[in-house]
Amino acid sequence: MTAFICTRFVQSILVLFIMSLLVFGGVNLVGDPVEMLINPEADQAEVERVIRELGLDRPVTEQYWYFLVNAFKGDLGSSFIFGEPALKLIIQRMPATLELALFSLFISLIIAIPLGIYAGYNPNSKASKVIMAGSILGFSMPTFWVGIIFIMIFAVQLGWLPSTGRGEIGTFMGINSSLFTLNGLSHVFLPALNLALFKISSVIRLTRAGTREIILQDYITFARSKGISEKRVVLIHVLKNILIPIVTVVGLEFGSLIAFSTVTETVFAWPGMGKLIIDSIYNLDRPVIVAYLMIIVTFFVFLNLIVDIIYTFLDPRVRIKGDHQ
Amino acid sequence: MNPKLRKFLEFCKDFSSNKVALVAFFIFLLILFVAIFAPLVSPTDPYDLNTVSIMNSRLPPFSEDFSGNYFLLGTDGAGRDMVSAIFYGLRVSLGVGVLSGIFALIIGSFFGISAAFFGGRYESLIMRIVDIQLSFPSILVALIILAAFGKGVEKTIIALILVQWAYYARTARSSALVEINKEYVDAARCLAFGNTRIMFKHILPNCMAPLIVVGTLQTAHAISLEATLSFLGLGLPITEPSLGLLIGNGFEYMYSGDFWISIFPGVALLITVASINLVGDHLRDMFNPRLH
Repeated sequence: MTAFICTRFVQSILVLFIMSLLVFGGVNLVGDPVEMLINPEADQAEVERVIRELGLDRPVTEQYWYFLVNAFKGDLGSSFIFGEPALKLIIQRMPATLELALFSLFISLIIAIPLGIYAGYNPNSKASKVIMAGSILGFSMPTFWVGIIFIMIFAVQLGWLPSTGRGEIGTFMGINSSLFTLNGLSHVFLPALNLALFKISSVIRLTRAGTREIILQDYITFARSKGISEKRVVLIHVLKNILIPIVTVVGLEFGSLIAFSTVTETVFAWPGMGKLIIDSIYNLDRPVIVAYLMIIVTFFVFLNLIVDIIYTFLDPRVRIKGDHQ
Repeated sequence: MNPKLRKFLEFCKDFSSNKVALVAFFIFLLILFVAIFAPLVSPTDPYDLNTVSIMNSRLPPFSEDFSGNYFLLGTDGAGRDMVSAIFYGLRVSLGVGVLSGIFALIIGSFFGISAAFFGGRYESLIMRIVDIQLSFPSILVALIILAAFGKGVEKTIIALILVQWAYYARTARSSALVEINKEYVDAARCLAFGNTRIMFKHILPNCMAPLIVVGTLQTAHAISLEATLSFLGLGLPITEPSLGLLIGNGFEYMYSGDFWISIFPGVALLITVASINLVGDHLRDMFNPRLH
């Protein structure tokens, strides 16, 4: 067990190291780092000062070393556009992204689980076939295009919901979030539904498959033979058992919602991390790009590490295999 | 009858048992035809500055300009005919998607089959890299590459190859592991054939079925991903207007109610991706022994 966690930890550090090489290489070897890293409006003296400060007159290996040391200290450079530390900018926008991802996770669960149970419970009914066809369509539809259609229908044509920005921010139990005001909720609804679309399709499939399996189990037959109403069988016995795998899988895939929020945030002008990186790429704000990539990779590497460790608790086979390596 | 021909006819009969997949297949063929022959079937050349007039910008669908040109799906902000722009866009989108799919298939099956064949540390290393890569969402992998190295046609294709190869490698390895224990591989070894010959002339052809299934589904995914990246302004440059770029161009006109500039390229993209997915889904069912 300890051996397994250690191997995985070393591996995570290795992945981070390779990623830092890739990002550093991308910024420094493709194109002129002086041109990229220094504000184009700086004068000659300023340019020379910054070159010395950033160590750009040193050999590449030494530069890379400085990049790593500074990154460890939490110094990933300052934004050209905002003039603030890149790390601070990203952390400022993190709550908006997390809020969007959490709300869309909530939407996908409350829509997909009932539909999935229905489709698994009546696999041959017309409605189930429509649900399953809909889930294939949901897989095929490009997220950004659906977002555009949402804006066109609900914001431009009907004028029901706002299409851009985050709205008013309320405070509840010390947490600032737009989920606590009505105006904020109206802003978050469309982007969250858009981001949820892909998840809805996959959770429907997962729930349906799980329901079809559970319905054949002995304990369901037993519950029915006790004379429990069919409604109670589905709502208590099936639902409870189906929730365990769904919550695990969906929880583990929370990271992919954050990755895909880049697209949704751009379409809906949602002021989160995803929009920041896209804007920074447009503005050639290299320090922010590097910082974002390093932060998001670190986030994913540690998310995966935690997932691996949780799995060793859930599945003893993983543990044994790891210890033998 | 020639046994190969008979096998092929049987396959066709099997495939047409699912009407939805059959229709999807013909729709895909039609799209492929339009994409390949875009310059011949398009009503106008949307990137020929002599025929495009800014006077015709943002005409709604079914409209006609002063010189009698008819625009079935309207025109975009620069006065280009949407039908033609979509046909040319399909060409770029399909080209990039299919090209990256083929490269990823070659690279992925090379590493997958060699991993299964040689085993040991080499196999662990390759499969560990595959696992690590698959733990990152595809859009993130593409985003990292394009954000670090900048946009462009080759870079987009490289990003799409890197996103996809791991799926092919995993599939190729798992089916090669089954094949390696079969007698024909032992026979080939007894004849002292070289490793390369056994891997790619004997094992690879027997792993093709699952690879083709993964290939269709991955190509659909790659087309969709390329559209997303181009929409975000990270993928293809403006000189290669794919469907994603067309949708992105139309986005700014959306707020003034000019829906057709964004919607129709999106419909084309949706039909393309959905038809490939339906064909792929059916192929997967056909090749899945558990369902027979």
